[in-house]
Amino acid sequence: MREASSRCAVPDDAPFALVEKVRGAMRLAALDPRAHALGLTPGLALADARARIPELAVFDADPQADLRWLERIADRGDRFTPMVALDPPDGLTFDITGCTHLFGGERQLVRDVEQHMRPWVSHMRHACADTALGAQALARFQTVPAPSEAEALRRLPIAALRLESETEIALRRAGLKTIGDLAARPVAPLAARFGAEAVDTLAAILGRTDRRITPRRPPPALLFERRFADPVTQTEHALGIIGELAQQAAAALEERRKGGRHFTARLFRTDGRVYDIAIECGLPVRDADLLIRLFRERMSALADPVDPGFGFDMIRLSVPHTEPLGATQLELEGGAIHEEAMAALIDRLSTRLGRGRIRRLVWQDTHIPEQGVLALPAIDVPAPEPWIAPEPGQPPLRPIHLFDPPQPIHVMAEVPDGPPRRFRWRRAQHDIIRFEGPERIAAQWWRQPGKQGLTRDYYRVEDARGRRFWLFRHGLYDREKPDPRWYIHGLFA
Amino acid sequence: MHESRRPVSFLKHKIARLERPRPSGICAPASLGHDAIDSALGGGLARGHVHEVFAIESADAGSASGFVAALAGRLKGNIVWLREEAAQRHEGVLHGAGLVEAGLDPARLILGVLSDPLSVLQAAGDVVRCPEIGVAVIELWRQPRLLDLTASRRLALAAETSGVTAILLRIAAQPAPSAAQTRWRVAAAASTPLEANAPGHPAWEVELLRQRGRPAGGIWHVEWDRDRTMFRGDGARPAALPGAVVPFSANGPADAGSVVPLRRTG
Repeated sequence: MREASSRCAVPDDAPFALVEKVRGAMRLAALDPRAHALGLTPGLALADARARIPELAVFDADPQADLRWLERIADRGDRFTPMVALDPPDGLTFDITGCTHLFGGERQLVRDVEQHMRPWVSHMRHACADTALGAQALARFQTVPAPSEAEALRRLPIAALRLESETEIALRRAGLKTIGDLAARPVAPLAARFGAEAVDTLAAILGRTDRRITPRRPPPALLFERRFADPVTQTEHALGIIGELAQQAAAALEERRKGGRHFTARLFRTDGRVYDIAIECGLPVRDADLLIRLFRERMSALADPVDPGFGFDMIRLSVPHTEPLGATQLELEGGAIHEEAMAALIDRLSTRLGRGRIRRLVWQDTHIPEQGVLALPAIDVPAPEPWIAPEPGQPPLRPIHLFDPPQPIHVMAEVPDGPPRRFRWRRAQHDIIRFEGPERIAAQWWRQPGKQGLTRDYYRVEDARGRRFWLFRHGLYDREKPDPRWYIHGLFA
Repeated sequence: MHESRRPVSFLKHKIARLERPRPSGICAPASLGHDAIDSALGGGLARGHVHEVFAIESADAGSASGFVAALAGRLKGNIVWLREEAAQRHEGVLHGAGLVEAGLDPARLILGVLSDPLSVLQAAGDVVRCPEIGVAVIELWRQPRLLDLTASRRLALAAETSGVTAILLRIAAQPAPSAAQTRWRVAAAASTPLEANAPGHPAWEVELLRQRGRPAGGIWHVEWDRDRTMFRGDGARPAALPGAVVPFSANGPADAGSVVPLRRTG
């Protein structure tokens, strides 16, 4: 199951181990069967292991890569049940309640899982049990067959409880070697002596309390899937299937008077690779045509294109959440249609180019110019508020291009607190022939007293070539600053 | 002979249809409100075509953006404005408050900020194909190698099919051969001062460098009248003009016979 084993060049016959640093010493973390057979155990110091087996091949353990690998295997397990939980470092737990009959019984399901996982996992053990913890314990620690599940659990060693090592040693010293030994005893003295954790875990394994797995993804609100006896080998055909599933989803949503804002298509390739294609809309939708179009856009815009390989044998469409969406009512003059077309366009562009790239400008109630406008992802602002129209007859008082941050300039003025006469910006001299100002914009004095910043005096100026700029002096001369600096904050039309 | 000629003319027709897809949008030209420019354009700016607006110097970026914003504000429909991220960072963000004052309601605007000229052009191809929008503004800085005759021809074809008016805003660039319907050079011009010598309404020196199918040429000094969303001549006050010459409705006389006589407000 270790990813490391596949990518490192190891002589075929050498025993192999992964090491990690534990409290300053290199210790073995995982071993291959050959190393096991030679008597090495995980936790042994590397120096001791080398002394015993000089030809031992050693690589650094990478728990992150192991976890990623486990996630990828869990993706493959998604086809059997929506409730898959990771059991790090090397286990997966499937909640197969209500799923077995789809595969022809528990035994057949297990065989299917084994068959699917075989190319990816070098060594596999499984167990089915009534409780998640019971199944995990049986899969890891069962050594001899038992007549019943309860009996099998009782025969497991204490280590199957996976308690802290101190508790485990204490249990062993008390002569309690198996779970059966513990289960036969009254609970209260056990809890008093070995801690509540030991008793809780025991109860969960034996099914006395209900402890459920936490699935990797919450089960979706709606899920539609299709399996194929002959794998689908063409992306176009797969898109067609997604379209049919989208129609099913649309019908189901219509029945519930709901719509969805997120849709995910999962393509399960025969060799176990899983592709996720997710789309997002600004408004709740249930229009199958729109969904198909968005999926098509997303597919063509993927950085890592979908490779059908030997084909997909299952395609699934899920709607993680639903939101209320009434029947469509058209406004007079086609207002609603117009807005919908616009929302559809935004969805399409955001799906294609990325949600943060398509923005809408939203007005903010503040007098600080650079904070007055927010550029939010358009998909989050389905209905923009209209902006306040400027006063008639006035020239533009705010620039069309705003520099954020403002750019420093050199200004000549007749008096230090007077209007600018000439300024230098980007190595060019500008002679000011007209100006208006100052428009004084005070700092936000109600925030963080003493650190709110300086007052700005803004001037609208026009130079000899007719270009209009927005300049400001940062700080009031002599009152806030002895030598206030000048900045250019924007360009006018 | 007659039999053999018929298929030829039929094929000719067919090829002509393939070459020029029928424009689906409204094709009445959009009047700018400025008499001289409108007559030079033959009624106004043609919808469903590509128009290029050049600011030769980068210092005219604000002026050219303002001209395009005013133009887009005068044309109908929603506006998609595509920019480069680098331009946004170095040359300033498009400021909503300034757009309102230039006569373009930001509620009509969708802003696309893209990583490089290639993605701007790709997105432009997508946007121009959407008949739901009215105006697509494609802002490109300097001379991206990707914007060649093929790329502009592709845009022009897409615009003709969908009826979207595409405005290529080229800043710090030199005019080069393209498939655009009209090509403009815009530079800042001194405004008519207001009281106390304050800078006045936006003013530009606008030159029509080229247009397809009509003689080019002409330099005008235009000012923007936001309240009536129209361009007007050199320093002319609205009161000083004879009433019949300049259209007082926002849509102009060219739109008098168009489908919807009422404008949506707010």
